[in-house]
Amino acid sequence: MKLRKETIIVHAIAWAISLIWIIPFVGIFVTSIRPYEEIVSGWWNIEKLTLTLENYVYVWNYRTAPIGRAFVNSFIIAIPSTIIPILVASLAAYGFSRFRFPLRDLLFLTIVVFMSLPQQMVILPVFLLEVNLGLWNTHTGLILLHSAFGLPWIILFLRNFFMTLPIEIEEAARIDGASDIQIFFRIVLPISLPALVSIATLQFNWVWNDFFFALVLLATPDKFVVTQTIPMLKGRYFIRWDHMAAASVLAMSMPLLVFALLQKYYLRGVVGGTIKG
Amino acid sequence: MSKVGKAKYKIPLFFLTPALVMLLIFVIGPTIYTIYMSFLDWSGGPREFIGLDNYVEVLTRKTIINYGRSLLDGPPYGALVHNAIWILIHVPLSTVLGLVLAVIFKNVKGGTILKSIIFLGMVTPMVVGGIMLRFIYDADAGILNAVLKAVGLGDIVRTWTAYPDTALISLILGSVWIWTGFSMIVYSAGLETIPPELIEAAKVDGASGFLIFRKIIIPLLKPATIVVVTMSVLWALKVFDIVYVVTLGGPGAASTVLALEMYMDAFFKIPSNYGTASAIATLLTLITLGFAVYIIRYMVVR
Repeated sequence: MKLRKETIIVHAIAWAISLIWIIPFVGIFVTSIRPYEEIVSGWWNIEKLTLTLENYVYVWNYRTAPIGRAFVNSFIIAIPSTIIPILVASLAAYGFSRFRFPLRDLLFLTIVVFMSLPQQMVILPVFLLEVNLGLWNTHTGLILLHSAFGLPWIILFLRNFFMTLPIEIEEAARIDGASDIQIFFRIVLPISLPALVSIATLQFNWVWNDFFFALVLLATPDKFVVTQTIPMLKGRYFIRWDHMAAASVLAMSMPLLVFALLQKYYLRGVVGGTIKG
Repeated sequence: MSKVGKAKYKIPLFFLTPALVMLLIFVIGPTIYTIYMSFLDWSGGPREFIGLDNYVEVLTRKTIINYGRSLLDGPPYGALVHNAIWILIHVPLSTVLGLVLAVIFKNVKGGTILKSIIFLGMVTPMVVGGIMLRFIYDADAGILNAVLKAVGLGDIVRTWTAYPDTALISLILGSVWIWTGFSMIVYSAGLETIPPELIEAAKVDGASGFLIFRKIIIPLLKPATIVVVTMSVLWALKVFDIVYVVTLGGPGAASTVLALEMYMDAFFKIPSNYGTASAIATLLTLITLGFAVYIIRYMVVR
């Protein structure tokens, strides 16, 4: 096979673009493991190179708003906010895909329209409601909002998926005397596992990465999630890039891990959620 | 009604009720309530119905639309205009760039790894994306300025997000860096659906690479383009995190956007103004809905 000049150029361009693209990530990572004095004039200067985990220790125990605590809080929020909407939405999606009832399509489309709703459209009433119910500044309050807010896209995604499942298996089970509810839990959910994993990766990352809802609904540092804590590390007179970088690396570690481990499902979710078929 | 018929209606209720209850309390109900609040003069105390006054106030506010400011004067043009500019710059750039990258990476060794790299911005919390942007643009510690110095442009070095004339455009270009991975991934998936025989046949007929791209690939990627463009528009309309973290809409409202203005009215300013905050949210939702309806038709499997 001849190695064409064109091929080499294309490869060079591709790798060069990717390299430029990843530089900010490299920068933030390098900054996070070096002392402040060394990076104020540029993290790429490596005449003097000291590697340290001090920044991580500092932000993990940061007095005003410890990232360690926030990290745990992000899990406390993100895990139920992934499981609850998937369970609730899969029930609804099955209802929409397998039963006929009046106004079904209108109801379904109404729900789907809310998929694109800006967070700002619900936050004020939810804030006022949760203040009244004593749910404001609680993790439960944030979990409930995230769970409900994720429903429209998950219902759409799963309904589309259920429509592609062969109905014969379910019919066979019905002849054997299984009820609708048994069929759903014993047959439909298990064979939908790959789709459920796709949704879980996206929803988990979406909730973990969220900033706006947490900003409004959580008010004290013991409740804060990770994304919300980072801006507080800025420093008063000059920006503490070392601290911000360590906190940033911690904040993105989880979503990146989810992406790295479940990339196939993740990308299928991104594409499947938007392109038909 | 027959017994069987009744039973048929009971079952969907079991399946649908949990979702409907949650949606009514936390999504649909609040949406309706926000629309209602947009007609009130209300900041938490006594409330009064004032019709469209909040909309008039919002749409004549300088930080929403800065009337009389020519595009040549530079920002602030007002949040609504900033969102429009965001769409006009961000969407074409990230769409075209994503398509080009998808095509290039298709035939490159290690393309999967390179795609993951471009996609990183989509996986990272937007807040962290914002921190990275601020870091790149920093006058002292930022790599962009180091590059500028290295190529002899030392005079223009500065913290790009800290000046009214460059804050907005810096954020928009940064958002292209964050968001292009989405466009690339959708186009990559779209390219997979094009049968290679089609391209081969065109090559046999003597079509050039550019002609194949223009006459075969682009038309076949139309569904992907619709997804990419609408989703990017929606994202540019709803942008909040990176603006909040990097500039807080400043300096002097030069980079503010609608979502941020809503937040400011509701939770930042003292006293807060729930009425105008709700009016801004409702306007934002109306604009969003206009674009969203277009894509939803494509997303529902029949």
